[in-house]
Amino acid sequence: MDSLFSLQGKTIVVTGASSGIGRAISVYCAQQGATVILTARNKERLEETLQLLPKGNHNYFSADLTSEEELKNLVEKLPVLDGVILNAGMVKTVPVQYIKKDDLDYMFNLTLHSSILLIQQLLKGKKIKSEASICFISSVASQKITIGNSIYSAAKGALNSFTKSLALELAPKQIRVNAILPGMVETSILHDGAVSEEQLQIHLKNYPLGRFGKPEDIAGLTVYLMADVSKWMTGSLLTLDGGYTLK
Amino acid sequence: MEKELFEQLEDILELDPGTVKSSDVFRDYEDWDSMANLSVIAMLDDSFGVNIASQDFKSLITVGDLVREVKKRMA
Repeated sequence: MDSLFSLQGKTIVVTGASSGIGRAISVYCAQQGATVILTARNKERLEETLQLLPKGNHNYFSADLTSEEELKNLVEKLPVLDGVILNAGMVKTVPVQYIKKDDLDYMFNLTLHSSILLIQQLLKGKKIKSEASICFISSVASQKITIGNSIYSAAKGALNSFTKSLALELAPKQIRVNAILPGMVETSILHDGAVSEEQLQIHLKNYPLGRFGKPEDIAGLTVYLMADVSKWMTGSLLTLDGGYTLK
Repeated sequence: MEKELFEQLEDILELDPGTVKSSDVFRDYEDWDSMANLSVIAMLDDSFGVNIASQDFKSLITVGDLVREVKKRMA
C-alpha cells in the first residue's frame, strides 16, 4: 500500500522557492514523489533549490510576482496543477506612524495581491485540476500581535480571510484551500537586522516547546495538505508554532 | 542635523523642548520602552535616511552616540 502521504503523480508549484520555507517545502514534496515547479525572483537560488531535489521532472521559472506581466508569463508556462503552495512574502518592522505608502503598497502587493492574482490567473487559464490542493503560508502574526508589524499582520490577516473565501468558491470542484500559520521560523528573514540576536533570545521564551520553527516543520504540514489524505480539509487556518499562541 | 535629531527625540518621548542633551543615556528617559526603541530606529531612517540594524543600535548608548552614528552613515 502506498504511503498515506505520497505525492506520486502530482505536479505542484511552490512560490518563494529560492530559500527558507519555500525551499524546504519543495524538497519535502519532491521527496514524496511530486513533480515540483519552483518559482521566485532569484535564478541562482532557484537553481540551488533544484539541485537539492531528488531526481524527477522538476523545473523552475524565475518571476517577480508583483509584476503583472511576469505573473501572466509564468502562468502561461505552467502545466495543469495538482497543488499550489503560495509562500512568497517578506517582513518589515515599522511603527504605524512611520509607515510609507510605497512600503505599504509593496508589502501588500507581495504578500496578498500577488497571491490573489496568481490564483485568479491560474483559474482563468484552467491550470488547477479538480481535487487539487491550494495552500497559503500565512503567519501567527495575523492573530497574535507584536509591535511594529502592523502591515505584515494586516496583510496576513487579509490572506486568512481570502483563504476561506476561495475555499468556499472552489469547493464545488473539490479543490481544497487551506492556510498554514507558522510561528517564528529559522530562516534568513529572522536575521535581516530588524530584530537583534538578544531580542530573539528573549522572544524564544514565548515558545513552550523551547525553540523556533525549522523550515522542515512547515514543509511537513504542506505534504499532508498536498496529499490525498487531507481531502476533507478546507477553509482551515492551521497554526504551527511550537505553542507560541498558547501563552 | 543635531538640532533636528534632538527635536525628533523630544517629540517621540514627549519631552519638553530643550530637554535632550548630548550626554543623556536615551534608554533612561522616563517614557523609554520597546515602542520608543522601534520609533527612534524608524525616525532615523525616515528623517535622515539612515537604516540602523537592531544589533548595531544596541551599542549606541547616549544621544551623542546617535548623532555620531547618523553623521557617520550620512557621510
